[in-house]
Amino acid sequence: MLRKIASSYLLRRVAKALITIFVMASLTFFLIRLMPGSPVEAYIANLVTQYNVSYENAKQQAASLFSLDLNAPVYQQYLEYLGNLARGDLGESLISRGVPVSEIVLAYLPWTLFSIGTALIISFSLGIMLGMLMAYKRETKLDHILTNLGSIVSSVPDYLMGILILVWVGVQWELIDITNMRGSLSPGIQPGFNLTFIGDAFYHASLPIITYVLGTIGLWMLTMRGSTESTLGEDYVTVAKARGLKERRIATAYVGRNAALPPFTQLSISIALVFGGSLLIEWLFVYEGLGYLLYNAIQQRDYPVMQGVFLMITTMVIVANLLADLLYSRLDPRIRVAGRD
Amino acid sequence: MAATTGESRYRDSAVGRVLAWFISTLKLMARNRVGFAGFLVVSTIVLVTFIGPVFLPSEVPVNVNEIYETPSLSHPLGTDSEGKDVLLQVINGGRPILTIGFLAAAISTTIAVTLGSLGGFVGGRVDTGFTWLADMVLTIPQLPLLAVLAGILRLNSKIAVAGLIGLLFWPTLMRAIRAQVLSLKERDYVESARALGLGTPHIVFREIAPNMAGYIAINFTLAVTSSMYAVVGLTLLGLVPLSEENWGVMINLAWTRGAIFSKDSVFYIMSPIAAIALFQLGLVAMNRSLSEIFDPRLRRGA
Repeated sequence: MLRKIASSYLLRRVAKALITIFVMASLTFFLIRLMPGSPVEAYIANLVTQYNVSYENAKQQAASLFSLDLNAPVYQQYLEYLGNLARGDLGESLISRGVPVSEIVLAYLPWTLFSIGTALIISFSLGIMLGMLMAYKRETKLDHILTNLGSIVSSVPDYLMGILILVWVGVQWELIDITNMRGSLSPGIQPGFNLTFIGDAFYHASLPIITYVLGTIGLWMLTMRGSTESTLGEDYVTVAKARGLKERRIATAYVGRNAALPPFTQLSISIALVFGGSLLIEWLFVYEGLGYLLYNAIQQRDYPVMQGVFLMITTMVIVANLLADLLYSRLDPRIRVAGRD
Repeated sequence: MAATTGESRYRDSAVGRVLAWFISTLKLMARNRVGFAGFLVVSTIVLVTFIGPVFLPSEVPVNVNEIYETPSLSHPLGTDSEGKDVLLQVINGGRPILTIGFLAAAISTTIAVTLGSLGGFVGGRVDTGFTWLADMVLTIPQLPLLAVLAGILRLNSKIAVAGLIGLLFWPTLMRAIRAQVLSLKERDYVESARALGLGTPHIVFREIAPNMAGYIAINFTLAVTSSMYAVVGLTLLGLVPLSEENWGVMINLAWTRGAIFSKDSVFYIMSPIAAIALFQLGLVAMNRSLSEIFDPRLRRGA
């Protein structure tokens, strides 16, 4: 069985993803439960001193909120926590009493996935095309301008570029109505498969998407420029030229496909960064996704929600990484073989 | 690359040797114009923010009669919502951010170099274990984790913040170092050190690591930029309660006091942003010079 897992790239990759999720889930459990002055203890102490609840009662309330059995030994609590997690039970919110955390998290999740997914697709394809263009026109004015732009946008933090958009485009030049663009949908718009809904969703997500694109595109432009330049020197490109193939066909089928591999490997690192950065970007534009929810949960000390959002973001990053890796192993068969020790 | 340019009269004393090394490095830096400009920006910002506060009042005076003033001779960058001089705040506010950035970068670089060289050199289970660890840490969304930690623990010491950031930002560099070591360890001088029976620590830290010095230096500057991304982000959200004035706190205050949405306060909000952006750009530009210094093959292109 183990041998079978070790020999299949897919199974090995999935096992690794599951173990990472498990480690992160354990880490959050011990942080919430075992740290000195942990949220559970703080919550009990607060009930006892502020609301004059008896210690036993307070403990029971805390137990139901965090969905933990506080009288059981720690390892048993830990196992129960993992069991609950596997069933999708993350406890209840401390602020919105009685609302399951999983329900809250699932309501905010689609917006983050939508904005980040769109942004990554736009940024990756645009970055690759620009990078190729730069390599084909290397040492021209266009190449120098794009190279400098690329390194500028990739070295300035994305949230600062977001603030710049707000300050200049929104406030100083008044080109857009930033208060209207807040939130994930305009009031009164019902989700559905129609043009008004889709248009409105893009309208509200546009500023976060632009910021994510600005923050990530530089990396792909520069990597793609480099890899295209080295691919252009490969023998098979020379041969393709000698065979008299059309320039366009060489660029797409011979150069582009091979040169796009190095930027693709950067995708998995970017996914974690962009998901992490959504905390700041969504806070900045008041876009109601997971990052925004996490910020509010931290401000209100709503620990179960904090834990739930964090685990959800981590899981999303791990799943996205898994998909990127599997896609990469489709694109580049060498990986499936070489990854085997 | 030390005293090759023949400042022989300095060579007698230790100070002289350092000076000679410094001058020759500067000359190498100046070969690449963009890189040298970056170096000048970075060193100016470091000097001004670390030495400037010594000559300035530590508390910027409040003046309610001069709120959101536009730049003038007495306030070159205008004033904030309390009539405090913005320029003084920018000068005072760099040190905390830069300190955490450099400290965190030092921590993550140390971890990356140690694990990367050991893993790459020793190989086998150790290597597999370290690589796994790196892969795992790499998939952690760093900013949310730091934010959650800041929400649970109280992060009010600079060292704690720098330590946490350092612990999360090492994997990319570690993987790169590992790859370098894998190629370096086949070189002749490493083989002969091994044949001489010099131990693993000696080979890793005396033979292999020095040959990656340039690579490490470049990645150290990149680590500074990503650590600063995290620190400024966290202070911006108000999650790191650093009491002193700093660039992140300035932007945070601009946000909470609504300065971002007021047309008059553009100099106040732009000043810390410009400071951070200039420093980050300077570091990245400086790397062009650094990579030329450490890889002479690149010099012709300058």
